[in-house]
Amino acid sequence: MNIIETPVQLAQQAERQLPSAEHREVVFDVSALTVSYGDKPALKNVSLEVYRNFVTAFIGPSGCGKSTFIRCFNRMNDLIPSAAVEGRILYHGEDLYGAHVDPVEVRRRIGMVFQKPNPFPKSIHANVAFGPRVLGMTNDLDGRVERALQQAALWDEVEDRLDESALSLSGGQQQRLCIARCLAVEPDVLLMDEPASALDPISTTRIEDLMHELKRDYTIVIVTHNMQQAARIADMTAFFSVEVDEGQRSGLLVEYAATPTIFTKPADKRTEDYVTGRFG
Amino acid sequence: MVKALLGLCALVSVATTLGIVVALFLPAFEFFREVSLRDYLTGTEWAPLFLQKSFGVIPLIVGTLSVTIWASLIAIPLGLGAAIFLSEYARPRLRATLKPALELLAGIPTVVYGYFALTWVTPHLESAGLDVGVFNALSAGLVMGVMIIPTVASLSEDAMSAVPRDLRYGAYALGSSKLQVSTRIVVPAAVSGIVAAFVLGISRAIGETMIVLLAAGQQPNLSFDPREAVETMSAFIAATGAGDVPTGSVEYKTIFAVGATLFVMTLIVNAVSIRLVGKYREVYE
Amino acid sequence: MSIAAANVPLQSGRKRGVWRGRIFVALLVLSLLVGFVALGTLFFDVLSKGVAYVDPVLLTNSPSSDPAVAGARPALLATLYLGILLILFTVPIGVGTAIYLEEYANRDRWYNRLLELNIQNLAAVPSIVYGILGLAFLVRGLGLGRVLLAGALILTLLVLPTVIIAAREAIRAVPSSIREGAYALGATQWQVVWRQVLPAAIPGIATGSILALARAIGETAPLILIGALTFISFNPTAMGPFTALPVQIYNWTKLPDPEFKALAAAAIIVLLIMVLLLNAGAIWLRNRYQKRW
Repeated sequence: MNIIETPVQLAQQAERQLPSAEHREVVFDVSALTVSYGDKPALKNVSLEVYRNFVTAFIGPSGCGKSTFIRCFNRMNDLIPSAAVEGRILYHGEDLYGAHVDPVEVRRRIGMVFQKPNPFPKSIHANVAFGPRVLGMTNDLDGRVERALQQAALWDEVEDRLDESALSLSGGQQQRLCIARCLAVEPDVLLMDEPASALDPISTTRIEDLMHELKRDYTIVIVTHNMQQAARIADMTAFFSVEVDEGQRSGLLVEYAATPTIFTKPADKRTEDYVTGRFG
Repeated sequence: MVKALLGLCALVSVATTLGIVVALFLPAFEFFREVSLRDYLTGTEWAPLFLQKSFGVIPLIVGTLSVTIWASLIAIPLGLGAAIFLSEYARPRLRATLKPALELLAGIPTVVYGYFALTWVTPHLESAGLDVGVFNALSAGLVMGVMIIPTVASLSEDAMSAVPRDLRYGAYALGSSKLQVSTRIVVPAAVSGIVAAFVLGISRAIGETMIVLLAAGQQPNLSFDPREAVETMSAFIAATGAGDVPTGSVEYKTIFAVGATLFVMTLIVNAVSIRLVGKYREVYE
Repeated sequence: MSIAAANVPLQSGRKRGVWRGRIFVALLVLSLLVGFVALGTLFFDVLSKGVAYVDPVLLTNSPSSDPAVAGARPALLATLYLGILLILFTVPIGVGTAIYLEEYANRDRWYNRLLELNIQNLAAVPSIVYGILGLAFLVRGLGLGRVLLAGALILTLLVLPTVIIAAREAIRAVPSSIREGAYALGATQWQVVWRQVLPAAIPGIATGSILALARAIGETAPLILIGALTFISFNPTAMGPFTALPVQIYNWTKLPDPEFKALAAAAIIVLLIMVLLLNAGAIWLRNRYQKRW
């Protein structure tokens, strides 16, 4: 047995029972998406579909716009004044950036976990209860908190210290707390921007196992710079790269396919170079 | 050699503190040999310069507190509101213009504020139907409050800016509105610094002299009714010190006794503020 | 557990929330505006009452019991002299202290930390306490009497903490690469400070000093306490009795005659112009030299 398995080997080993093309439900339909900060394009002309109850991974070298892209799905780029989004994202058939769409409602349905765990300086209970309180979902608050913590595989570790500060938890626990926080508002989609990159390997494994569980009920999109991780857990993988055009670096989508395909039979040479480690 | 010279410069500030302590407490001790500390602290009549002397300092403290309360009622909510706006809502360029403009409020000489309180605020309060005296605690308190707004706003804004952006993003990602992020995440996270700002503002109000000297009056008063004239500790010190009280007399020493009281009050209040600032800096740095 | 999101539109039922948000911002802006509106009212009031009296008479005559010929010349001159003396005293001592604390002092020593704490405390002491200090030591203790020099010294002590703090920040902002480069060439510590650090910190020090000056010329309470007298009709000298512009304003405001109140407003206009010019100068300095690194 190899201690270090290549992504290719992992992709071949992972069990996948994906529904066939006809039975897939499209959650996000992205067409010609371009994001610029000021006049600098960060991401150009991306088109793909994200499917229900799949884990979809975005991989690629740094600076290729993966984080920028994932932030489009819950309109977090709205918070950056210089960011401009062109193109279209349909969420269950509805334009995410439509004129009458409320970003608050978008973010309730589409939750996000960040690279560095960011628990509020409040108690564990208050952290998980924050979302429901803020959104007016206050019936059975304790029950919601417990269910969310259960789903995030954290309940057993914290059930008798819910009133303690969230900052007293370890890094891995804090990240699972952030996941529980998202789950408490009953979202549809979970976006994860390099959720394990700030964690130790054991916590990373726990989070990956968690994603396997969660994808039964939620749609998961994850950005990761760790190829092995993508190979282990993702159903579909999108490979992004950087192109330099007249001195301007911008990101673009190179290839998007089922994970085994990306790692064993990539169609594009750039993908092949990246996954076999020749660059990136 | 150079170091010694520079150290000498530094000693000036030490000498200042020592000077203040000696200047205040030596005569104050002498004073308390003639007037009992108990009478001073618990007496309710302040008439040191009359034939029938009485040295109860409580009316002066009441006067100081009365004005301070009104000043705080203005400065604390408005200062906090301004700070939240500057920290969470204003774009960087707007903030860069507004902050110095706010500092301007703090830069106006206090005698000018006193003039304003006496000649504009009091008559307008009168015509608004409030039956205030020519000298009253309310005018002084209101104007003092406006003067202190920048102090409260500036320190509160510093505290709120120190709250990491990640926390805000986490809250937004859960579907919070800006109002909810500001009031439920940022302000609670910055609360030590904000309270420090309040306390600093209160401290400034306690020690303020010119506004009360011009607009609040020189009548020691036990009443908290803001429409009446009062005398604050600082006003008493200024009025008496500028007068012709013979050096060394017990009346002369009242200046120092009251001064010492004032100094101790502000020292305690400032110490609380500095500790609170230390606390919030700790959490995020 | 997820929602059958497909059938629920993305519009919000959040009307109330949106309105609450708007009212909140309105309240915040209002908070900000109250101060500015008050300031504007103050300016307008002072201008309307006093502008008629801002004329050469104000600037060249001495005070008088007849408001028609009363002027503030002695007070103006005294304020000018106080300002000059203040800068002469404060800058060397303040900068010297700042250099000591930033470049020479060993931070671990308890007396240096006490020194820093001391300066912080002094910055928060009410100005009238400085007046008491002056009264006790300079006027009656040292026997200087109620003279201009005593006023200058007390104002120096009053603003010294602010100048020290500003100078320290200016010195701290000088990148260590500049110091290291000079040391590497064999310079002594003093040479580094005098030739490299100080020149680079001058804009920050100047800004802090100008702001301190602006504050000092508006101070009234300490001067009243050390006896800036009511009625001075001759020009002030360093060792003679004196009054200052803010004190003159105070005295005129106290008088019942409304003409004197108008004179006070006029003097306020002059004082405000001085203070505003100084503040503007300091801000201009700060902006001009801010992006040097």
